[in-house]
Amino acid sequence: MKVILSGNEAFARGAYEAGVKVISSYPGTPSSEITDNAKKYKEIYCEWASNEKVALEVAIGASQAGVRSMTCMKHVGLNVAADPLMTLSYTGVNGGIVVLVADDPNMFSSQNEQDSRHYARFAKVPMLEPADSNEAKDFIKIAMEISEKFCTPVIVRSCTRLSHSAGVVELGERVDVGSKGLEVDIPKWVMVPANGRVRHQFVEKRLIELTKFNSQSDLCKEELYSNSIGIICSGIVYQYVKEALPDTSILKLGMVWPLPFDRIIEFSKKVKKLYVVEELDNIIETELRANGIKVQKLKRSPLGELSVDEVRKLFKKMLPEYSTLENLPGRPPSMCAGCSHRGIFYVLNRLKLYVSGDIGCYTLGLLPPLSAIHSTVCMGASVSMAHGIDKASDGELSKKSVAVIGDSTFLHTGINGLLNAFYNNGKSTIIILDNTITGMTGHQPNPATGFNIRLEPAPKVDIVELCKGIGIKRVRRIDPFDVEECLKVIKEEVETEELSVLVTNRPCIFADRTVIDSPYYIDPDKCTGCKACTRIGCPAISWLKNEKRAFIDESICTGCGLCIKVCRFNAINQRGK
Amino acid sequence: MAKYDILVVGVGGQGSVLASDIICEVALLENFDVKKSEIHGMAQRGGSVVSHVRIGEKVYSPTISFAQADIIVSLERMEFLRYIEYASKKTVLINNSQKIIPASIINDAELYPDSLIEDNYKNFKEVYEFDAFKTAKDCGNPRGVSVVCLGYLSNFLPFSIENWKKAVAEKVPQKTVDANIKSFLSGRDLYKK
Repeated sequence: MKVILSGNEAFARGAYEAGVKVISSYPGTPSSEITDNAKKYKEIYCEWASNEKVALEVAIGASQAGVRSMTCMKHVGLNVAADPLMTLSYTGVNGGIVVLVADDPNMFSSQNEQDSRHYARFAKVPMLEPADSNEAKDFIKIAMEISEKFCTPVIVRSCTRLSHSAGVVELGERVDVGSKGLEVDIPKWVMVPANGRVRHQFVEKRLIELTKFNSQSDLCKEELYSNSIGIICSGIVYQYVKEALPDTSILKLGMVWPLPFDRIIEFSKKVKKLYVVEELDNIIETELRANGIKVQKLKRSPLGELSVDEVRKLFKKMLPEYSTLENLPGRPPSMCAGCSHRGIFYVLNRLKLYVSGDIGCYTLGLLPPLSAIHSTVCMGASVSMAHGIDKASDGELSKKSVAVIGDSTFLHTGINGLLNAFYNNGKSTIIILDNTITGMTGHQPNPATGFNIRLEPAPKVDIVELCKGIGIKRVRRIDPFDVEECLKVIKEEVETEELSVLVTNRPCIFADRTVIDSPYYIDPDKCTGCKACTRIGCPAISWLKNEKRAFIDESICTGCGLCIKVCRFNAINQRGK
Repeated sequence: MAKYDILVVGVGGQGSVLASDIICEVALLENFDVKKSEIHGMAQRGGSVVSHVRIGEKVYSPTISFAQADIIVSLERMEFLRYIEYASKKTVLINNSQKIIPASIINDAELYPDSLIEDNYKNFKEVYEFDAFKTAKDCGNPRGVSVVCLGYLSNFLPFSIENWKKAVAEKVPQKTVDANIKSFLSGRDLYKK
């Protein structure tokens, strides 16, 4: 049967057809929908893990217990999971393991555009790169077979353009692979130095075997047309090359590490000029040169995405003329109407504090008029960076700064920074924006939500009790919609010479639709045109220039009531109340 | 076999993803190869949204190249301007006259680029403008703007009405099938009038 699936839906289908039993992942754009779709197959145990390192370790345990397992993450998630990955390469697997990593060239929703192919080389493990939805599905099964045949984890690499594009997929049946049973093999699984040294020899031998396998397998496909030029490419880039240069000979790589040198040398002899077209870093090209294969140079930027037109430009083809328009009124992303973060950022802006930010919807607190984020580096960094600021200034700057972090990010890796600040006598102020959900990636539940990935009731971590349990004395809940109280409490906590944690208590407007109330409206007779309500940055509030007064779009307003807290003229009223 | 490169643009929440899903489904029912690409990620409610839909005998890139769109469906009056690089003198523009004021000019809605929109109409092969929001409301389905526009678009594609209805029924929530098919047909009829 033929259906249309996005790359991410196809990866999930691939896991189902490959007989995968366990998937543990942490959400991250553009990978989140893989696990969100896999949960629809009742044969697969799916879970949201607290972070990517935990997720991969769960997959390793499942493999050890004898079943096929998978973990899915975005590119920066693999940095978090790199520790288990590097040694998993040595131990190898029992049941097959696939590590699915989705890169984000052009940074549509990421803090960097690192190229995950480096990890395959670094960990000395194979990496497959599908070129469309159908291959996305098929490659999971092939990856599982390679994983078990060569006793190695296999990385399958996606990117935004593959994960979030859709194409026609031919569905197959699920293979029943059963369980191999729990493996007891001390020299294989216990990586003390003596065993590690032996396993490292195995890893090097495996890499040579995988190189041979890649040359012999049909993952590597040769399409011969003219003999003038030949292009080596893989993944989504293959589609761009195919469309930009239809009559060019291509060697399409399905496995991008280790490289199929025999096939590449064979192909290079059939064409006069050999090129590599790849997105982001020059990994394949550099490797070919290092192995003495003559490759033509292309003037290609390592920044951003390729496209059909970019490939045409690389080969000096004519492009049709097109016009562009600049300075159109923009539609920038903004915190939703009713967002429980807005009140806190309004207060932080009013108090003119230095704000160490983190990864999540609240990064949007950067934008005017709230303008209250001064750093964003990686998951959990806000808490540790605030501690660094505190120590660098002998406590002085901790009186002028705070860290903000969401519930999911705090439980991901923020908690480690908090333990460190507590142990090392820190004096920083941490605001945990607890909206009970992982917002930015599409509202996935986390350990503080109260339900699991399949929306069944689950144990709920109480973040206030957790912080108190560490031993922190100053832990308080605050209502982010109570502007006066927040002003007072945050001022108090930054000034005290002690580590303090404030935890907000309102849900994400999408996590709990029951909090939506009847909308507010502005009484034109009472509105003085002071513009105070326009400074909270709510998308429901606009300014009527001709009438010199503010206006609430009642179709957008969720009735959160933040605006009435900043109006000094009682001009804002709620419908029906 | 013909090829159709269709760009569906609009504002987050208007249903551009649903519309492009339905086009893909009907193309599959008509035995075409089809690919779709869209960008979502950062909280994009109220943000600009674009879907590329490519239909043909064999489709490679999931994205349309500049100046290569056959049809641009703009679910909001100005949004096609943001993607004008995909248009050429061969492109048909199907434009919903509904305006959604962008957040950046919320302090002065007068800055809405009406004259720029009309200036750019002459760069298209054909332009069709109509009030899809009104039609959707008249059908008792105010959230059906994207399906009304799809109905209009259906006049430009060689797909059977049965397959369109089947694709709509497949993709919209079960409870809303009848309302959406009604909106689709009303949109389709707007072209003849």
